[in-house]
Amino acid sequence: MSQAAVKAGSRFKKKRTWRNHVESMIPKLLFICAFVSVLTTVGIVFTLFTETAAFFQAVSFKEFFTETQWTALFSGDQQKFGILPLLSGTLLVTVGAAVVAVPIGLASAIYLSEYAPIKVRKVVKPVLEVLAGIPTIVYGFFALTFVTPLLREFIPGLGIFNALSASIVVGIMIIPMIASLSEDAMSAVPRSMRDAAYAMGSTRLEVALKVVVPAALSGIVASFVLGLSRAIGETMIVTIAAGSTPILTFDPTATIQTMTAYMVQAALGDNTYTSVSYKSIYAVGMSLFLLTLIMNMLARFISRRFKEDY
Amino acid sequence: MDRRLQSDGRVTFRRSLNHVLHGLFLLATSVGVIVLIVLLVDVWRQGWHWISWDFFNNFASRIAENAGIKAAFWGSLWMIGVTAPLTFIIGVATAIYLEEYAKKNWLNRFIQLNISNLAGVPSIVFGILGLTLFVREWGLGRSVLAGSLTMTLLVLPIVIVASREAIASVPASLRQASFAMGATRWQTIQNVVLPYSLPGILTGTILALSRAIGETAPLIMIGAVTFVAFTPGNVLDTFTVLPIQIYSWISQPQAVFAELAAAGIIVLLAVLLTMNAVAIYLRNKFQRKDG
Repeated sequence: MSQAAVKAGSRFKKKRTWRNHVESMIPKLLFICAFVSVLTTVGIVFTLFTETAAFFQAVSFKEFFTETQWTALFSGDQQKFGILPLLSGTLLVTVGAAVVAVPIGLASAIYLSEYAPIKVRKVVKPVLEVLAGIPTIVYGFFALTFVTPLLREFIPGLGIFNALSASIVVGIMIIPMIASLSEDAMSAVPRSMRDAAYAMGSTRLEVALKVVVPAALSGIVASFVLGLSRAIGETMIVTIAAGSTPILTFDPTATIQTMTAYMVQAALGDNTYTSVSYKSIYAVGMSLFLLTLIMNMLARFISRRFKEDY
Repeated sequence: MDRRLQSDGRVTFRRSLNHVLHGLFLLATSVGVIVLIVLLVDVWRQGWHWISWDFFNNFASRIAENAGIKAAFWGSLWMIGVTAPLTFIIGVATAIYLEEYAKKNWLNRFIQLNISNLAGVPSIVFGILGLTLFVREWGLGRSVLAGSLTMTLLVLPIVIVASREAIASVPASLRQASFAMGATRWQTIQNVVLPYSLPGILTGTILALSRAIGETAPLIMIGAVTFVAFTPGNVLDTFTVLPIQIYSWISQPQAVFAELAAAGIIVLLAVLLTMNAVAIYLRNKFQRKDG
């Protein structure tokens, strides 16, 4: 190696300047910020797990999963901790919401992606975005003061708090989510597939139902699962409109209580931090967390596993 | 002849089926629009006559005539005032890290997976975290700070996802031009990537904050109180927010409180729509500058 080359090498070597120091620090600082989200998950899992473990020292697994009464906020020996009534309430609202949101959401997505003129799309999509941005407390108010009185015109015996009204409004809340995610999946279907079907003489409906929907099915199903996961975790609508009576029932006109609604009710009460009823919030929260986590992972699995390669 | 007639009939049937379902699809799409209009009209009809100067200037009261949203309104402002810088800094930093620095290894894949999972966690679970960690462990009590930290964690995924999209949309040629001028990576990010992606980042941040303003459940969990007769003076004061004030009015049996709740909702929706308008305005303004 000649002396000149050594000199040249040293000339291009990074100097230990302040600038370089900053450059090497910045990715580390940014990483710390990125790590906040990991710490959040760790925090959620850790807090739920420790308090739930404490809860199960007082209540047996068997009671929690098989007992058909949930009277956690009663006093003393009247307390019973069977999650089934809360679970059935949650499922009732979720199924009801699905009945409302899945057909309407899918039909909206088909309309927006296959039928709608550009002008209509330009108006409808922002309106759906506004609908998606409305706070759930507002939907709860709407359910209680508008939907329930309306339903009572048709079902005379309907109580003020009922699962039906809550599930209809939860369904309306998740329509924009299902519509927009399904539409994304359908827009990703290449134009050539549609053109081929049109060339065979298909009507617009046949193209939509026999070509586009099957091709985008994984994304559409994933949007349903995500929407239902949102319905399970929804809190304020069911707290306001569905009632606070945990009963094991599948009657949509009944007053019920969901897992989330129970957590709100318990948080508003005066429970000491050491009581079993206070710890029951965590046990219910853990169940809710696991349920939605499984559904979200299922949605991701479906959209990955069954994705069509165009 | 017979066969042609049959096939004509079949074509006619297929065409009319197409028309019928076109109508049905349109009807389904209009459900959302109709519900939105009905909801706004219903709320306006019930609440508009309560909107007055006194409504903003009175604290919560057991007597409907004297009830107002002063504490809740200022509580919401305080909470957002602390949440906004926190989410912006942490969210944008995370997005820059993931888009510009992160190598494709398991740790960074895990961070990404983790963020998309957090986006699907019900908000009330974040409330449990806030209650346990911030209110009890850190001893912040039922304060503005505890509420803001909870909200920050809740809306962080929204900011991160939006910021990542905005940063990823910066053309590679701009970065290369900057590098070619001898700029370092951080100089490039600071002077090229961030200014270019700022409209997208701001839009995402504002949408995330409007979500935070409307959230009720996590703040009920951490115990933001419903009856507060003062406005917060610092971040360690107890507070209430608009959605909780609305909730406590909805929970009252008397009809007059439903009207107060409607009035509160009008204010809440007005704030949210203003924020959306600001987001659109910012996006347009910056886009024009670039063009």
